[in-house]
Amino acid sequence: MSSLVIQDLHVAIGAKEIVNGLSLTINSGEVHAIMGPNGTGKSTLSKAIAGHPDYTITGGDVLLDGVSILAKEADERARAGLFLAFQYPSEIPGVSIANFLRAAVQSRMAEGEEIDATGYYKKLYAKMDLLKIDRKFTARAVNDGFSGGEKKRCEILQMAMLEPKFALMDETDSGLDIDALRIVADGVNTMRGPNLGVLMITHYQRLLDYIVPDYVHVMWDGRLVKSGDKSLALELEAKGYDWVKKELAAAVTA
Amino acid sequence: MSQSAATLSSAPPFDETVANPVVGIDQTAGNFSYKVDYEFDAGTGLYENTVRYISSVKKEAPWILEFRLNALKKFLSMPMPTHWATKDLENINFDKIRYYLSQGQKPKRTWDEVPDDIKRTFERLGIPEQERKFLAGVEAQFDSEAAYSNIKDIVAKQGVIFANSTEALREHPEIFRKFFGKVIPTGDNKFSALNSAVFSGGSFIYVPPGVKVAQPLQAYFRINAENFGQFERTLIIADEGAELTYMEGCTAPKFSTSTLHSAVVELVALKGAKIQYITVQNWSNNVFNLVTKRGVAHEEAEIKWIDCNIGSRLTMKYPGVILKGRKARGEVISIALANDGQHQDTGAKMIHAADETTSNIVAKSISVGQGRSTYRGIVHIPKHLKGCKNNTECDALLINTNSRTDTYPAITIRGDRNYVQHEASVSKINEEMIFYMQQRGLTEGQAMSLAVNGFINDLARQFPMEYSVELKRLIDLEMEGSVG
Repeated sequence: MSSLVIQDLHVAIGAKEIVNGLSLTINSGEVHAIMGPNGTGKSTLSKAIAGHPDYTITGGDVLLDGVSILAKEADERARAGLFLAFQYPSEIPGVSIANFLRAAVQSRMAEGEEIDATGYYKKLYAKMDLLKIDRKFTARAVNDGFSGGEKKRCEILQMAMLEPKFALMDETDSGLDIDALRIVADGVNTMRGPNLGVLMITHYQRLLDYIVPDYVHVMWDGRLVKSGDKSLALELEAKGYDWVKKELAAAVTA
Repeated sequence: MSQSAATLSSAPPFDETVANPVVGIDQTAGNFSYKVDYEFDAGTGLYENTVRYISSVKKEAPWILEFRLNALKKFLSMPMPTHWATKDLENINFDKIRYYLSQGQKPKRTWDEVPDDIKRTFERLGIPEQERKFLAGVEAQFDSEAAYSNIKDIVAKQGVIFANSTEALREHPEIFRKFFGKVIPTGDNKFSALNSAVFSGGSFIYVPPGVKVAQPLQAYFRINAENFGQFERTLIIADEGAELTYMEGCTAPKFSTSTLHSAVVELVALKGAKIQYITVQNWSNNVFNLVTKRGVAHEEAEIKWIDCNIGSRLTMKYPGVILKGRKARGEVISIALANDGQHQDTGAKMIHAADETTSNIVAKSISVGQGRSTYRGIVHIPKHLKGCKNNTECDALLINTNSRTDTYPAITIRGDRNYVQHEASVSKINEEMIFYMQQRGLTEGQAMSLAVNGFINDLARQFPMEYSVELKRLIDLEMEGSVG
């Protein structure tokens, strides 16, 4: 079993502190959801953990299986088992999904070891069948001219192929109509199991109807201010983020 | 290797104080040199006697010597084209260059006969192996002369002539003289004049009417010596309805002093003929590569240049097609990669001279770090013609904010019965894209390399497989070295 431990994490962009002492432990097999209004640092959290060069960690630590990953480059973190499903995945013109994933799989192999092409395609097609993705899909250039739904499906396929220990899913539901959302959620649910830990970041409770989390956390001003189970998401949906705000204010004055 | 450099550099070093700014770029594929004892050496510097020496060593006919001497005069009288081209040209010191070095003028027909010191160079570059695998014939030039030249029997039996220019001038003067210097006149530019004065080596190919050569013919140009100038001269004639693919590869070791490569390549495609000319150059960063390439396409003929420029300090090369006959087609597919300390000044020329002629130019350049790429194009369609078409696409990719790209397209189209289309784009590999790829496990270098290969993917697919694999490998090497 693996663990991803975030300890009192502080993250800044330039001089501005965005994440402000956040702690969370995720174990394999668990699905955590972080909810919160826009601008509260949710996306910053996921990018900082993944090692985006624009984000500076100013305090705290992130441990994967007990080992700090903060000194590692983004690609080292990825190979160690972290996967970030992007809110806005980049387009890579001229590079097919199949070739891109092949390069990604190859990067996880030992120096001098060559990928077995037959085995690779067998696995790729098996994952595509599992996710009900058309075979023609992987001949297209990565995200190039894709609809919102296609981009997210491409993310899910990559996640399925790379089999991470932990997946950080940043606003996976944004820009998706309900059909696309269902397809993406089905994909995640298919991958769910004892070997995968998931951190879902979302603004809306809608996604959580399709991917039911084990834990729900509310993020406010760069910190987690409330944690609970699935019912917290529903309560939040019913009462709105203002409810959290008022509770916080009351706690401060009390 | 250091010993060989010491032995070879009898001339004092170049007046070139700027150290090569490129560190860490792995060009190991071509970066080695062996000690070679040259039997023939024209010495250092360019004089009338240099030209006479080259001509006498080759036992040339009087008209060729006259042609050379006339060219030398032109070369000396013409100014450097620095009014439009880079001032870096002024750093070429013609007095410090060696213009002719060889072990003999007759190439060997089997690799076993090639002297060991030269053979091991080509073996290391994989040429004999490629020949066995997929080529119809190979010529391997080592400094000034071909060390090896062979054509498969089945191709020779069809009447195809494949020889180096030294041999061809002796053995096929009637064909050679008819076309030689007709597509690119001596005084076309300063460097074509230089080449005409001191040319040596290069391929001469004649394909008889209706003969379609199924496998490519290949020439490999290798510079081994320091302070050396390589001036090969290639002439390819495809007679009516004939078809040919010719490929050339080039490498040189990385010396601290400059090397000059200045070739002239003339193509003639007679009625209905097709010539495809593919170049993959991987010059080291001390090479001035100043090449003139042009073809004439007669009625319904087709000439296609596929030109990949990687490496060199400065490349200036604008392959052109003169569309002389009705319905002739011309195409230039160009890929240039300019890394730190390199300037790729490349482009294409399409001169429409008959009705219903069509031309297509697709140029993609990649600038990395301080690398600079320049596109220059000329498309000329005079007023009296009708039904002519040109399509020009120039795409530049910038990696790093310091890199530079310039586009100078000159499209002259007169009259209203012709059609021209021009598109240009500049894109950048941004940090988000690299982060995205790194997040999937690729290193920064691998990510850039993949992005660059994606950028040229649609062009690279047009190459014969072996060459697109080679191109990808070269790009990988360049990009790996370009990141910290």
